[in-house]
Amino acid sequence: MSLSDDERREIEAALPHYPDRRAAAATAMRIVQRRRRWLSDEVLADLGEYLGMSVEELDSLATFANMLFRRPVGRHIVLVCDSFACWSLGYAELRAAIQTQLGVGLGETTSDGRFTLLPIVCLGACDRGPALIVDADLYGPVAPPAVGAILEAYA
Amino acid sequence: MSALGTNGWERPMSRAMRPDGQPAFLDDYVAAGGYEGLGRALRELEPAAVTQAVSDSVLRGRGGAGYATGRKWSTMPLGRDAPRPKYVVCNGDEMEPGSFKDRFLLERNPHLVLEGIILAGFAVEADAGYVFLRAQYDQPLACVERALAEAYEHGYLGSDILGSGFSFDIYLHQSVGRYMCGEASAMLNALESQRPNPRARPPHMTGAGLYARPTVVNNVETFAAVPSIVRNGADWWKSLSMTDEGGTKIYGVAGRVVRPGCVELPMGTSMRELIEVHAGGMQPGYELRAVSPGGASTAFVKAEDIDVAMDFESMEKALSRLGTGTLVLLDDKTCPVGMTLNLLQFFAQESCGWCTPCREGLQWSVSLLGDIEQGCGRPEDLDVLQEHVWLMGSDKTFCDLAPGAMQPLEAALRLFRDDFVQHIEEGRCPYAPGDGSDAPAEEAAARPEATA
Repeated sequence: MSLSDDERREIEAALPHYPDRRAAAATAMRIVQRRRRWLSDEVLADLGEYLGMSVEELDSLATFANMLFRRPVGRHIVLVCDSFACWSLGYAELRAAIQTQLGVGLGETTSDGRFTLLPIVCLGACDRGPALIVDADLYGPVAPPAVGAILEAYA
Repeated sequence: MSALGTNGWERPMSRAMRPDGQPAFLDDYVAAGGYEGLGRALRELEPAAVTQAVSDSVLRGRGGAGYATGRKWSTMPLGRDAPRPKYVVCNGDEMEPGSFKDRFLLERNPHLVLEGIILAGFAVEADAGYVFLRAQYDQPLACVERALAEAYEHGYLGSDILGSGFSFDIYLHQSVGRYMCGEASAMLNALESQRPNPRARPPHMTGAGLYARPTVVNNVETFAAVPSIVRNGADWWKSLSMTDEGGTKIYGVAGRVVRPGCVELPMGTSMRELIEVHAGGMQPGYELRAVSPGGASTAFVKAEDIDVAMDFESMEKALSRLGTGTLVLLDDKTCPVGMTLNLLQFFAQESCGWCTPCREGLQWSVSLLGDIEQGCGRPEDLDVLQEHVWLMGSDKTFCDLAPGAMQPLEAALRLFRDDFVQHIEEGRCPYAPGDGSDAPAEEAAARPEATA
């Protein structure tokens, strides 16, 4: 379960942006998570050794950051904005449509491991509310009946 | 204000933007006068003169707090004996609910932001800059990444920029998430891969900031204002404004309007003009009730008061703040208690837990507001909420998160009193069903990171 050559290469490429290895920890965790989807205890231990940090130090950041996952997640992350602009523009109906489509609640992963549904605060797309993000793709305004077609595209 | 002059300099921050909505990269940017400010500064100006121009322009920070940009820069130590390295950090962690202007600038005009950062770097004699982008800003990230590559390729970044002898690098850093990272000192912790709690001040960041080195932190839009100030001068910038606060502003309107979106207009444009002219007015069937003028931590302004000029001073006189200048509208079909609950849920969730009033007080406010919204509130709950407005007011907490949260709560208790009372007396939300309010405990438990 140790870091792959590929992961090490990408982390090494980012190191010159920071004055020391420890400061690159957040970026290193992002790099590893992008390949493995989530950060297991084992990979955190490997990263700690690689960066010269304790697992606890890494975890103090990982457990605070909402986009670092310490539990397994699905192949695609669906983030549905619940802040006040989207809330006033039909968030509840949009969330209900997504939950019906996926058959899971917030914080849950579909049984086929395809999607994890998470709440998210304002996506900076209030003029396109109600908005959601799948992986790196922003959608909005999303009418509840359009949810099926949007999610269809993510295998 | 739709009648533009022929050269487009009335809207300096939008000037290079493409009408097709695609990002303006180097060719578009240079064709619109881009990097001329940088060229002028490197050829003709001393670093301190750039800071002086920014001071003379009366530019105030566009991230929400409105601190004078030139004054901030002028506290950076200069010269041979100054500690090195020095840093410039661009706050692109746009996570304030109701703010959507930095995304607009980063996606449509990324070179403008970079030029502003480079000019700031020159002005304070910094060695490197960071663009701190929020976790979910993948499109802005892609735009800035490409713009950075172009800027390096054409000698606007790197060593010996445009043959001037000035060297400066910009690095892109994407956040791993949380609203707290947008607080400037917490952002420096996040950049250092530390847990992003805010820092105590003093020391100020310009004395000991990133890695304890002198650091200037400004918002995306603040940097975006700088290139045209340096190119065209402070007096020109001031002349763009409708009030004595200089320049232009990226405003935005969201909610039940005909044309939601962002637009650059003279500073001091009225809220009414933004809503009725630029956003096309309310959608049929909806009436305006109130406005959140500049992000979640600004106080609501009532529909009767929207003739207010959207600048720092006028908004304070209206008992609110300019904040980010992006309006979110409360319409007559949406429950004001529910909206206030939603706002407070956000702040309670995003509290870092460092200081007691914020950690405990916000949760308690959510609990009381939730009771009222769900129809089991008591009349005395309103007094307890009012007391919380005082308990979490400014200077009683470690940072500005909780005081920010109190601004919409205070305004809601003042402006929507009748709605609160009606909820309590009737034991239900008169706007229900399906207003979408959530049980905060259930949602918090649903987050994977919360239980990891």
